[in-house]
Amino acid sequence: MNNSVGNTARLIGAGLRALLVLTLICGVIYPLAVTGIAQALFNDKANGSEIKDESGNVVGSSLIGQTYDLPKKDPNDAEEAARPDLKWFQPRPSNGLGANSVNTQYSLILSGATNKAADNPDLVQLVTEAKDAVIADNSTATYEVKAQDVPADAVTSSGSGLDPNISPQYAELQIHRVAERNELDVKQVAELVADHTTGRTLGFMGEPRVNVLELNAALKALTKS
Amino acid sequence: MSPVLAGVLQLLALIAALALAYRPLGDHMARVYSSEKHYKPEKWIYKAIGANPSAEMRWPAYLRGVLAFSAVSVLFLYALQRAQGILPGSLGFSAIDPDQAFNTAASFVANTNWQSYYGEQAMGHVVQTGGLAVQNFVSAAVGMAVAVALVRGFARSRTGELGNFWADLVRGTVRILLPIAVIGAIILVACGAIQNFAGIHEVGQFMGGAQQWNGGAVASQEVIKELGTNGGGYFNANSAHPFENPTPFSNLFEIFLILVIPFALTRTFGRMVGSLRQGYAILATMATIWLGFTALMMWTEFTHHGPAFDVAGGAMEGKETRFGVGASAIFSVATTLTSTGAVNSFHSSYTGLGGGIQLLGMQLGEIAPGGVGSGLYGMLVMAIIAVFIAGLMVGRTPEYLGKKIGTREIKFAACYILITPALVLCFTAAAMALPTPPHSMLNSGAHGFSEVLYAYTSGANNNGSAFAGLNADTQWYNSTIGIAMLLGRFLPMVFVLALAGSLAEQKPVPETAGTLRTDKPLYTGLLVGTILIVTGLTYFPALALGPLAEGLAS
Repeated sequence: MNNSVGNTARLIGAGLRALLVLTLICGVIYPLAVTGIAQALFNDKANGSEIKDESGNVVGSSLIGQTYDLPKKDPNDAEEAARPDLKWFQPRPSNGLGANSVNTQYSLILSGATNKAADNPDLVQLVTEAKDAVIADNSTATYEVKAQDVPADAVTSSGSGLDPNISPQYAELQIHRVAERNELDVKQVAELVADHTTGRTLGFMGEPRVNVLELNAALKALTKS
Repeated sequence: MSPVLAGVLQLLALIAALALAYRPLGDHMARVYSSEKHYKPEKWIYKAIGANPSAEMRWPAYLRGVLAFSAVSVLFLYALQRAQGILPGSLGFSAIDPDQAFNTAASFVANTNWQSYYGEQAMGHVVQTGGLAVQNFVSAAVGMAVAVALVRGFARSRTGELGNFWADLVRGTVRILLPIAVIGAIILVACGAIQNFAGIHEVGQFMGGAQQWNGGAVASQEVIKELGTNGGGYFNANSAHPFENPTPFSNLFEIFLILVIPFALTRTFGRMVGSLRQGYAILATMATIWLGFTALMMWTEFTHHGPAFDVAGGAMEGKETRFGVGASAIFSVATTLTSTGAVNSFHSSYTGLGGGIQLLGMQLGEIAPGGVGSGLYGMLVMAIIAVFIAGLMVGRTPEYLGKKIGTREIKFAACYILITPALVLCFTAAAMALPTPPHSMLNSGAHGFSEVLYAYTSGANNNGSAFAGLNADTQWYNSTIGIAMLLGRFLPMVFVLALAGSLAEQKPVPETAGTLRTDKPLYTGLLVGTILIVTGLTYFPALALGPLAEGLAS
């Protein structure tokens, strides 16, 4: 009996020592070495691909989507629905984003999706309302948006809620509105969208897309000039 | 180019990359586990452990090593999370509650990476990097070690010796996983994944004001999360988060990382048993199922039946623009047919049939190609069942790779395939029957049932992906899924190692004219059929209540 207790203790001891050594290798040396190399070779990317405006202020990360809403009427009202600032290109909906529920000394964004199923009545309602809003917001006196022109990404929330991109179709659909609100020529804005459209990587990987933050930053520069 | 064609081309590129890596990686792994030589740094590690890496172990000793190491790992990871509040380098985050800490510890040690917490708000640098990421390495190495022990059982005769657990664990980590992880992490950073140890910091916004972000060693954790088929994301959105998976290329690269070791292990197997053709037969079985599932998934997602998708005009809910439907479908099949569970798009918002494909993929036991190690040993157990069934049909004692499949062997194999379904179905039934657990469901009806079935399927099969509508951060789900993950990981290992010991003791039987050729397409067909029938019969009633009901209704 004593012998088997001793054997077990020896075995557990070996397990613990193995774990500690491997923790040192895989949990300390490895991440530090990778961080060192990453910071030296890809400093900008390793720190979040931040982009700055002309005055040098950071306006966000090119990888992380933002909202372009009007200021709230009552800043303290958490329930107040956000109203898009139609001067700017609008991103995809992000109904799955959350705010942190623990460690509340911070105000962190919780990435995430709605997780709602296709037959969930809430999702059907969200999509229907989003579609109506996209049609209403983007139709101008001279340009009418039809229901079949609205692409799926314009009315659905992404997986992360932080999707930095929209489809080229959704960007094109917003051109007339953006031009009107900024008193710019439609052609100028269309060129801007074309310049900021990224095709598939090597022609076949992923989907064509437009980075909303980069597009809006370029739009801002254009309106200022 | 149409999105469908782009999806098919991405799949072809993936197949080409996997084919290129197959021989060199498979042969490398065979050398790693067969070599007599210990490198100098490895000798230091063995010295620290206090183990003799050249001492052969019989199956009970090998199993004791697996269990002792894993038990210590659970306790260590639990303690680390409970102590987070006082650990430096933890962003000032508080300690994790006991039930969630147990669930997370069980989850990462069992190579499951089910997460009932939100990474960005709960886990600081020390727990993520020094705790969770370490288990991503070592739990994968344990899986490979057990698989290699089973392969040695087939390859060796008239001995009970299966190798040395400590040597297999250390070699798998430092000679296979670590070198690929270093290169892979740098590639991911080059794509845009972050890699820093910044604290919570403010980043300016276009419309004014600022957002709070936490930094982290994301790329280094992301790469091993895929390579070790673990799947636990740094952020809640997992591989849909742009900091984990920034570009279409990084996405394809991550799918490659998920699949490369499980597929290449069939080459390792062929090398070690002395017949590459036997390895190809197993590879063909895995590839057939994987391709079939991927084709089905792409079809159902591109045709997008479902009320919300009809209005939207596409199944883009929970999917990222840069990946689109095609690359999301490929990822989701790769993650559920292996034990990964990482997601680049949210499974709960897939079409009804898409959700069914994900569930069935896990319920196959994750063997096509399966988790690192666990996929190979799971598939070899099914291979034994298949020769047994063939043997019954012709009335001969079945044999596989020159070993008789007798009463003892078939008992171990049968126990292996019964454990996981028993865990899944019993826990799901209990959760549905008890008064409070159903309150956690986000969606109602068939989809709500699927959420619960998915959770236990994912846990017991060590997948870790979620129909995340379910609020699993309750004491009931944290505890029961935690137990399901541990039992679903380690009980099968007991039977695999017992089986390996029993096979290694046998003397080989010579091949005769009546021996079923297990390296021919006929056998591959038989094996695919066996897998589908065994799984189908086990889970059909449960699937009919969930995804089938939903898929047929819409």
